[in-house]
Amino acid sequence: MELTSTWYLVLAAILFALGATGLLVRRNPLIMFMCVELMLNAVNLTFVTFGRELNDIGGEISVFFVLVVAAAEVVVGLAIIVAIMRRRQEATADDLSVLRG
Amino acid sequence: MQQLVELVWLVPLLPLLGFFILMFFGRRMGEPLAGWLATAAMGASFLASVIVFVGMVGLDGEDGSRTVEFKLFDWVVAGDFSVDIGLLADPLSVTMILFITGVATLIHLYSIGYMHGDPNFSKFFVYLNLFAFSMLMLVLGDNLLLTFLGWEGVGACSYFLISFWFTEEANASAGKKAFVTNRVGDFGFMLATFLAFFTYGSIEYGEMFTGEISHSAATAIALLVFVGAAGKSAQFPLYLWLPDAMAGPTPVSALIHAATMVTSGVYLLARINPILAEAHDWAPSLIAWVGLFTALFAASIAVAQDDIKKVLAYSTVSQLGFMVVAVGTGAYVAALFHMITHAFFKALMFLGSGSVIHGMHDDQDMKRYGGLAKLMPITAGTFIVGWLAIAGIPPFSGFWSKDEILVSIYANGDVFANKVLFVLLLVAALLTAFYMTRLVILTFFGAPRWRDEVTGEAFVESDEELPLRHPHESPWTMTLPLVVLAGAAAVAGVMNLPFAKSLHFLDHWLEPSFYFDGHSNVFHDLPSGGTKLILAVIATLCAVGGIVAAWKLYFDKRGGTGPEAPKFLAQGWGYDNAVSNFMGGPGEKGFDALADFDGKVVDGAVNSVGKLVALDGRFLRRIQNGLVRSYAVLIAVGAIGLMIYFLVVGA
Amino acid sequence: MELIVFLIAGALAIIGALGLILAKNPVHSALSLVMSLFAIAVLFLNQDAQFLAAVQVIVYAGAIVVLFLFVIMLLGVDQAEDLSIEPIAGQRPVAIAIGAAVLALSVAFVWISVDGGATGTESFIEAKSDSITTTDQSATAALPDDQTTGTESYPNVEQLGRSLFTDYVFAFEVTALLLTIAVVGAVMLGRKPKGELAPLPEIPGRRRPDDDPASEELEDA
Repeated sequence: MELTSTWYLVLAAILFALGATGLLVRRNPLIMFMCVELMLNAVNLTFVTFGRELNDIGGEISVFFVLVVAAAEVVVGLAIIVAIMRRRQEATADDLSVLRG
Repeated sequence: MQQLVELVWLVPLLPLLGFFILMFFGRRMGEPLAGWLATAAMGASFLASVIVFVGMVGLDGEDGSRTVEFKLFDWVVAGDFSVDIGLLADPLSVTMILFITGVATLIHLYSIGYMHGDPNFSKFFVYLNLFAFSMLMLVLGDNLLLTFLGWEGVGACSYFLISFWFTEEANASAGKKAFVTNRVGDFGFMLATFLAFFTYGSIEYGEMFTGEISHSAATAIALLVFVGAAGKSAQFPLYLWLPDAMAGPTPVSALIHAATMVTSGVYLLARINPILAEAHDWAPSLIAWVGLFTALFAASIAVAQDDIKKVLAYSTVSQLGFMVVAVGTGAYVAALFHMITHAFFKALMFLGSGSVIHGMHDDQDMKRYGGLAKLMPITAGTFIVGWLAIAGIPPFSGFWSKDEILVSIYANGDVFANKVLFVLLLVAALLTAFYMTRLVILTFFGAPRWRDEVTGEAFVESDEELPLRHPHESPWTMTLPLVVLAGAAAVAGVMNLPFAKSLHFLDHWLEPSFYFDGHSNVFHDLPSGGTKLILAVIATLCAVGGIVAAWKLYFDKRGGTGPEAPKFLAQGWGYDNAVSNFMGGPGEKGFDALADFDGKVVDGAVNSVGKLVALDGRFLRRIQNGLVRSYAVLIAVGAIGLMIYFLVVGA
Repeated sequence: MELIVFLIAGALAIIGALGLILAKNPVHSALSLVMSLFAIAVLFLNQDAQFLAAVQVIVYAGAIVVLFLFVIMLLGVDQAEDLSIEPIAGQRPVAIAIGAAVLALSVAFVWISVDGGATGTESFIEAKSDSITTTDQSATAALPDDQTTGTESYPNVEQLGRSLFTDYVFAFEVTALLLTIAVVGAVMLGRKPKGELAPLPEIPGRRRPDDDPASEELEDA
């Protein structure tokens, strides 16, 4: 059996789908955030795969930037969660529904 | 010479200036300076008209180049549609402005005397000058829109002037009635304008008359214009407003409802004669028959009226019917000839009646007149000239113009049942002579049916208390116009004497406006000398017959007022009442229903759009529940949708 | 060889992902995530993206997840989340449906774009197997020079560096700015609030354990 890039892409798709499902199911904001990170990693895998396949270094460059931005995002996101969660420790994502219409 | 004609812009400008000056300073100027200023403005306009006329006579008239178009500036420019403020000076319009400004000047002068003592003296002249401006724009406009501007302007001024003494409810109602009835006619005019633009692509007379359209379109336009003309020129069924309009001051009746505004309908029909020529044959015939019906109808009502001004009002309606018959049978020159002579003698008679009313303490009931000839000699003398003119007694002008119409009808083989038209119109002429004689006798001759104010003596025996009156001659500002108009009414016939072709001055003069190549329904072949003479004799005999009959019935030295006319005639065959009842009853219900429809259906549709949006909003609001996870679901669904799209379409 | 590595790493990644979404305790989830990240780093290596593999381990597993764990410990949110109840009606089935749909569509895309499609997919095997063996030999210092990515055989780091500092230098500078902003933002957000805090609004019908006011004493992380 040959290892084509299809396998990598399918694996990435599976990871992405798992991350999406987890995001929708879990209520703890930190776990939801981690699911987002999982999704980003799946995308990184896809980028690298395509980069290799198309002989373009741009794929790896994209991963580089995704990594940086993910890091920045985590910093800010966790700061926000800390700021909110100080109020109540068992707060979940469902409690933050002040912006209802 | 062309430069003289190009001074035509002065003609409407001068009354407009008078209007503005009087509007701002009139009250300060007061009586009688305001009146003199207005009269001076009109007089100057008349002088300008004369200059334009002289200039036009000097222009070479060979190839119809007497027409001078004078564009002032662009008015409306919207894509394909462009209208400019332009004045069309051709023989037809110059003829009109001559007699309009002339008669208007005389009436302005008369009003100085008539409105003496009225608290709103200067306002009267403001309106009169505005009216003159509108009428001149109507006549001089070179496109339908400008004519419509003047058309509406004279309608509005008519409203202002009729309800000048608006503190009396009857006067205010009369003004409203005039305006509303005119509006119905204006509707037809507007539709005609739209249709003209739609078919010709332009509403300028020059461009319209050289264009080609289908017979049906021409018929539609012509008939729609006739609806408008019927409103303004008081033809059946839109004549209702004219008798009621007598509630206004007498100079108003003279100017607007005898000489100028009511002639604008006939003028417009004459102006669009090329379109009439293109229409189906039954259209001009229809016009002629409506005119005839109006002439007879109004003449029959005039016989039974006791109010002196109402007689003159119905007489105007009837004479306008004559003019419309002439237009319908292609005798445009005859119609215009009659229009001019009618302006002279009808204005004369209105002013004369105003003089009588003035002297009789504002009493308008002829049953209380009588024997005024000796006490108001100038008024009586001039009035008699007018009477003879309208009756059609040679050599006064009315005879020539009426005869021209009759002869044209008789000889025009194109018109359906022209002989019948001729006979019926002759009957109308007879009735005209009859009721005018009745008026003159009851007013000026016979025994006085009033008591002398000074001595208190009565001249006739009567059961009831006779009113005290002190009839006197009017001041020179009122009698001078009477004399001038009488002179005009007497000699105006020379404009178009039928004896020889060379004497047909008016005919030749108006030629360029009426004879277009190939598009012409103008009839100007008068029969031979023998036939003409016989027809003239017949017409004169009818007139004399009418006079004699009336004399026999109404001349009574003992103060009787002759036989009482049938009630239905006095009430206008019940038509006015029928219209009022209809409008007040089913008409009002219909209008209310329309208003309801507008409110419920049209507004309702708009409102329900708003309600629909609000409903949707309330429903969709539930999506926004503030929970991040359901928002995430929605985002994911959207993303899936996009993915499906790209999969299927294949970006 | 590569296939075996792929299979093992792939399995570990999926197991880690499942652990992440199914674990009740957030600390367990974080550790599963770490396993997943390591597996992905191995997959990067498999594809000759050595630099990225290293960076992945250092940044993601070593910094980001550690940060997560800090916050978990800090806030004491390590209580187990009750997975049996679901406050929002219909969320679970919808979530599973969405996950399945995303998977199906992604696979469909992959199918169309790779196998059906524009670029050829063979001839990687040799290159991969080549690079695997050479990578094994020159693990750390010398530049491996048999990369077949690009027309010239540059080492991965050098290629990355060249492209980053010429074509994408502007984006590079902007990310530096971005990181600075993130730090500033985090500091601002993490400050102790002044005055009384308004209570969070309640969801009606949700049962709550007692409020713990102990969070007020905690300082910035």
